[in-house]
Amino acid sequence: MKNKIVSIVFLLVLILTLWSCHTDPLLQPMPKNTDISFVQPANWPSPHYNFQNNTLTPDGFALGRRLFYDTRLSIDNSISCASCHEQTTAFAQIDHAFSHGVRNQLGTRNSPALFNLAWHTSFFWDGGVNHIENQPIAPIMNPLEMDETLPNVISKLNADPSYRLQFKNTFGSEEINTQRIQKAIVQFMAAIVSNQSKYDQVKNGKATFTADEQAGYILFQQKCNTCHAEPLFTDFSFRNNGLPFSLDSGRAHITGLASDRFKFKVPSLRNLNFTKPYMHNGSIATLSAVLDHYTSGLVQSPTLDPLLQNPITLSATDKSKLIAFLNTLNDYEFVKDVRFKQP
Amino acid sequence: MKSNLILLSILCVSLFSCVKKDDPIDANASSNAKVTFSNFVGSQPLTLQTKWYNNANGDSFKVNVYKYYITNVKLIKSDNSVYTENESYHLINEADASSHSFVMANVPEGSYTSISFLIGVDSARNTSGAQTGALDPINGMFWTWNSGYIMAKFEGVSPQSTSMDKSVVYHLGGFSGPNNVLRTVTLTFPTTMIVKKGTTPNVHIDGDVAEWFSFPNVIDFAQKPLLMTPGKDLVNIAENYKDMFKVNHID
Repeated sequence: MKNKIVSIVFLLVLILTLWSCHTDPLLQPMPKNTDISFVQPANWPSPHYNFQNNTLTPDGFALGRRLFYDTRLSIDNSISCASCHEQTTAFAQIDHAFSHGVRNQLGTRNSPALFNLAWHTSFFWDGGVNHIENQPIAPIMNPLEMDETLPNVISKLNADPSYRLQFKNTFGSEEINTQRIQKAIVQFMAAIVSNQSKYDQVKNGKATFTADEQAGYILFQQKCNTCHAEPLFTDFSFRNNGLPFSLDSGRAHITGLASDRFKFKVPSLRNLNFTKPYMHNGSIATLSAVLDHYTSGLVQSPTLDPLLQNPITLSATDKSKLIAFLNTLNDYEFVKDVRFKQP
Repeated sequence: MKSNLILLSILCVSLFSCVKKDDPIDANASSNAKVTFSNFVGSQPLTLQTKWYNNANGDSFKVNVYKYYITNVKLIKSDNSVYTENESYHLINEADASSHSFVMANVPEGSYTSISFLIGVDSARNTSGAQTGALDPINGMFWTWNSGYIMAKFEGVSPQSTSMDKSVVYHLGGFSGPNNVLRTVTLTFPTTMIVKKGTTPNVHIDGDVAEWFSFPNVIDFAQKPLLMTPGKDLVNIAENYKDMFKVNHID
């Protein structure tokens, strides 16, 4: 009997030792930069995506961030999501009208900035993706972007024990599948909130506009607010804003409707300082040129937005005041937020 | 002691066999039912890659890829009560024999007279984010650029095709409005299906690929060799293939 107890104790000690050996090198305490939570900013509408069926956790967020920055998601391990969505430029890609995919290919549209995505009802300039969780696999599989297959991504991740552990910590088992990859990346993407601009501080009573900014705000409310609705500065609709004719039919590519030709999703006006060039095709280099487009560059076409049938009237001083206001929408905190940095 | 045990086991076994044999159907009990799909072109069994067939237009063709979703399966009793399969999403892939049949669990005992199902994935699952299992995009049945499932996929070759490599490709997608290719199929059983503990009745359903291209909309491979975006042409094919299934027999 005594022998039996001794051997059982021995066995237990052995198991525990092996167990700790196995987990010790990988189970490091989570760094502070995973202190993540999702809070709906005061006076903002409810988010469209509320992490329903995908509870935001530090583990899931860290896994999603690692995937976002991992070049293994592309066929030749050269491109990550972050290649075209850099944090320092509000997760857009500055000075690139079109981003670069694998094999030095050029994309067909301007890489959009990524923030406040939990409020978006559709994704991509044409809104072709109807749910944030279905967004990440599109660039992974797009031949012009990462051109990788899902089985390849899964096998590359499976080959890395530290990934298997992260999936286990996040989802309860080591299994790596498409759904888990989608949900993890979305834990990162949807948690990126930009709400610390001067505009936000003014709204929260913590700062005041200068005279020019205030005058620009009034002009904005008179001339821009219908499409670029506060506080997200987009109404998420699709509109033809009178750019010169191009082959890209925009929303019509998704709906097949002639009435949707050359319509693109209204972009947010937050963080414009980081995201030039502007428009779905990156065709306008500066903010003042954007305003010139709306006052004197609109191209007529059957689907031109009804609100733009007549040019917007703005004097030169109006324009400088409007730009002063638009510059209050730049969020210098979130572009350097340590939680969103490459791990 | 030992003999008691033997006696008890005999009693148990005999009780068990009684239940199995003659007990009348118990409305509160449930069992399994199986559905098996077999694909044909006209009267010939479908063979991928090698066999040649003809469509209604007289074009000849081979089939390389043939897959479709069968979802939202329901079994209907003679008293019109309905069994609805839970999480009912099945991808039938001709190239994978193990996908040709599935077993539904917890089917209430009783006499069933018909089956109904959707060809394709219901609109709800087209709009609710990341899915897994049969609905995992890894199965190649999901459009990433225009969210939504490919409900059914036919890929082959035809000498009449005007595409560069003589391919004929039909990816049936679109789940809303005028582009909706979802079709509900209801099939009456030739004989009553009895669901009862201890048995797994098997509904054998035959599907005819030729129906995709024949009635009411004849598809001309020379004119429409490649259809892969939601719209009227795909809806025409859905209108054709909604009648492609029939129940061969139940065993």
